[in-house]
Amino acid sequence: MALLEVKQLSKTFGGLEALKNFELSLEKKELVGLIGPNGAGKTTVFNLLTGVYKPTSGTFYLEGKCLLGLKPHQITSCGIARTFQNIRLFGDLSVFDNVRVANHWYSSYPVANAVLRLPSYFKYERRMSQRAYELLEIFNLLDKKDELAKNLPYGEQRRLEIARALAAKPKVLLLDEPAAGMNPLETKELMNLISWIREEFNLTILLIEHDMSLVMGICERIIVLDHGEIIAQGTPEEIKRNPRVIGAYLGEEAV
Amino acid sequence: MTEFIQQILNGLSLGSIYALIALGYTMVYGVIQLINFAHGEILMVGAFAAFFAITVWGANIFAAIIIAMIASSLLGVVIERVAYRPLRNSGRLAVLITAIGVSLLLQNGGLMVFGTDFRAFPRVIENTHYKFFNGSITITSYQILIFTVTVVMMLILQYIVQKTKVGKAMRAVSWDKDAAKLMGINVDNIISVTFAIGSAFAAVAGVLLGLYYNTIYPLMGLMPGLKAFVAAVLGGIGLIPGAFAGGFLLGITETMVSGYWSTKWRDPFVFIILILILIIKPSGLLGREEKEKV
Amino acid sequence: MDKQRLWLNVGVAATLAVVYFAVDWLIKTGIITPFQQLNLYLIGINIILAVSLNLIVGFTGQLALGHAGFMAVGAYISAVLTTKIGIPFLPATLAGALAAALMGIIIGLPTLRLRGDYLAIATLGFGEIVRGILINIEYVGGAAGLIGIKQYCTWPWLFFWTLITVLFIKNFINSTHGRACIAIREDEIAAEAMGINTTKYKVLAFSIGAFFAGIAGAIYAHYFFLIQPNTFSILKSFDALLLVVFGGLGSLTGSIIAAVFVTLITALLQDLAQLRMVIYAVLLIIIMIFRPQGLLGTKEVTFEVLCKKMGGTTWHCSK
Repeated sequence: MALLEVKQLSKTFGGLEALKNFELSLEKKELVGLIGPNGAGKTTVFNLLTGVYKPTSGTFYLEGKCLLGLKPHQITSCGIARTFQNIRLFGDLSVFDNVRVANHWYSSYPVANAVLRLPSYFKYERRMSQRAYELLEIFNLLDKKDELAKNLPYGEQRRLEIARALAAKPKVLLLDEPAAGMNPLETKELMNLISWIREEFNLTILLIEHDMSLVMGICERIIVLDHGEIIAQGTPEEIKRNPRVIGAYLGEEAV
Repeated sequence: MTEFIQQILNGLSLGSIYALIALGYTMVYGVIQLINFAHGEILMVGAFAAFFAITVWGANIFAAIIIAMIASSLLGVVIERVAYRPLRNSGRLAVLITAIGVSLLLQNGGLMVFGTDFRAFPRVIENTHYKFFNGSITITSYQILIFTVTVVMMLILQYIVQKTKVGKAMRAVSWDKDAAKLMGINVDNIISVTFAIGSAFAAVAGVLLGLYYNTIYPLMGLMPGLKAFVAAVLGGIGLIPGAFAGGFLLGITETMVSGYWSTKWRDPFVFIILILILIIKPSGLLGREEKEKV
Repeated sequence: MDKQRLWLNVGVAATLAVVYFAVDWLIKTGIITPFQQLNLYLIGINIILAVSLNLIVGFTGQLALGHAGFMAVGAYISAVLTTKIGIPFLPATLAGALAAALMGIIIGLPTLRLRGDYLAIATLGFGEIVRGILINIEYVGGAAGLIGIKQYCTWPWLFFWTLITVLFIKNFINSTHGRACIAIREDEIAAEAMGINTTKYKVLAFSIGAFFAGIAGAIYAHYFFLIQPNTFSILKSFDALLLVVFGGLGSLTGSIIAAVFVTLITALLQDLAQLRMVIYAVLLIIIMIFRPQGLLGTKEVTFEVLCKKMGGTTWHCSK
């Protein structure tokens, strides 16, 4: 059985069909790319899968469990975490605290224990800090842990967002343009990092990206969206040669 | 039955005043998504301007209204320039708190300058009582004046917003500020114009309130301001027809509650309506739902 | 590190004990005038109001303008319990505060879904509803107010409740729950996506804030022995907001410092009430334009910061 199963997912915004009958089946540890021109509906897929939007029709399952209608935070605790296209860090929190916030849902303790400073407060806080240290270490952000997230350079903010998403212990990680605004060297490093965390954390990854070198370089399978519909899917090699894809990107005349 | 009609008539004149105030709230909210808490105080300043125009210069009621409109417009534009414009790109919280600050400033500034006393608003025209149906229904000339002025103002506004270039630009700015800028609209000027018009309407409302209650004082804008805001939300904030619908509806509700129940329950009732509408349909009676973009 | 913290805590506790006994002695010997004593109570009440409102506005980022309403609930419930039913002060205070917290949940659940400015107006409306209802209840004196409340609130109670409020909210903020609240302030959508139940935390912050506003109300009622609905008007909510903004949205020490100074300045400028409010209003606008996070911002005044500022590397500053 597939880990994430998406069936006939559609979303209409006041008459505009942003997504039509989107189908997806992600096997465990797969790394799949979602590409398409601007406005093709890629981020809508993410917003539907994370519960930000309610689908007009269709449904989706994680490990056989239907997640339709759950609130975003409930979906996160079922095992889907994401990053955002336009970076949404907690700007006035430290790098360290940004990661610790995402630990909250699975390692919290009662409010009374915090207020009374009972031993379990210290125990759980230590545990949360420990995990945050490990993640920051992996993402090479440990020496910046006390800086405010808003003061980090752009590339590091992107990395921190991925670290924060990982802190939420996802089974499926959704990355929305993780390489946006990065130079080729940073993109290359990011590619390695994504491949590495997949192995390390046993992750299944779905990523949206405009940088073709990244998508072609690490994705095993690519899905192409245009005008809210899947127009092609397959291995990077197949996608490169697909005339409909080339058409969608370069305009119909080029076909 | 006659009492019911009487209450409706009373409600219409009070509702007219609310509608005029609500309009300023709604227009400002429409263009910059700000609840201008100081709107009630702009009204108060307008009322005082008219008061001094009549008592010191001996102006007639229409000249007094014009003077009040000019004074309030200037104040509104200055407030926007000095307090709100620097914050246009800040968070909502900062702008709202600033608006509260401006309101407190004008309230207490008013108390300092005008004194804490209630002043009798001059009876500029004869308040004749016209009786119908053997005296069971009374219409006063003040009510007629209030209602007429409101309808005229409403028509003027409708003309400005729908037919003039400025009105078109206002609608464009409220739709999408950035796109409006790209189309060559001077967004800053349009926002100033919006404040000027909204404040002028508040001034008219201030003068009418002075007539209606016979008194003016520096805190007179607080409650009518809040209630008119409720009216704006009730009708659907950002929508001009909504402000009118909400204003009249609220005015009639208030007089009904006072007439059939108790004047002491009038104010809490208004705010209960507010909470209910916010829970059931935050976009207001005439509004449409919107969702935040991710 | 832990040892250092221990010593720091001992130091703070000792300082507080000294303050407590010193003031206690000053009151008992009558060195403090009644006017000074009154302002001491106002300082305590204002600290509680500012710190509890800061949790809602400064830390969780929800602009609530109904703090006076919660204060009124606490004041009236506790006063009715002590004067009309004869329940002791402590349980009456707790009952008042719990009633306020319950109000916080009832009003918070439906309204906290609303966007910032709508929430502001809804909570403002709530405060006015409370006031309006109190005016209509003859049992509690209607508009004339409830009189004959015993002056149960003594200095130990004031000190105790102020301390409890600050400690409670400080410990709450410095925990995973507090971080969840701050995350909501920073970016609600991201917080939700990271697994934070944003509704739950907004309501929680709201009801904790309401609880302590209720405490402040109970203290107020049992010191001033007269409470009127109009005491708890929207202007009272604005007063509390002033303190939070002056001290810094998201700074507890800032709120405390602001509460102390504003109360003292208010006492000094007693005869110039309007001028004072004009100055406060202008300050509020200036702060928002030039330093929107408030004077101290999210910074806290701690011993470490103080030492660093003084350029010292004394024993407890070096980590």
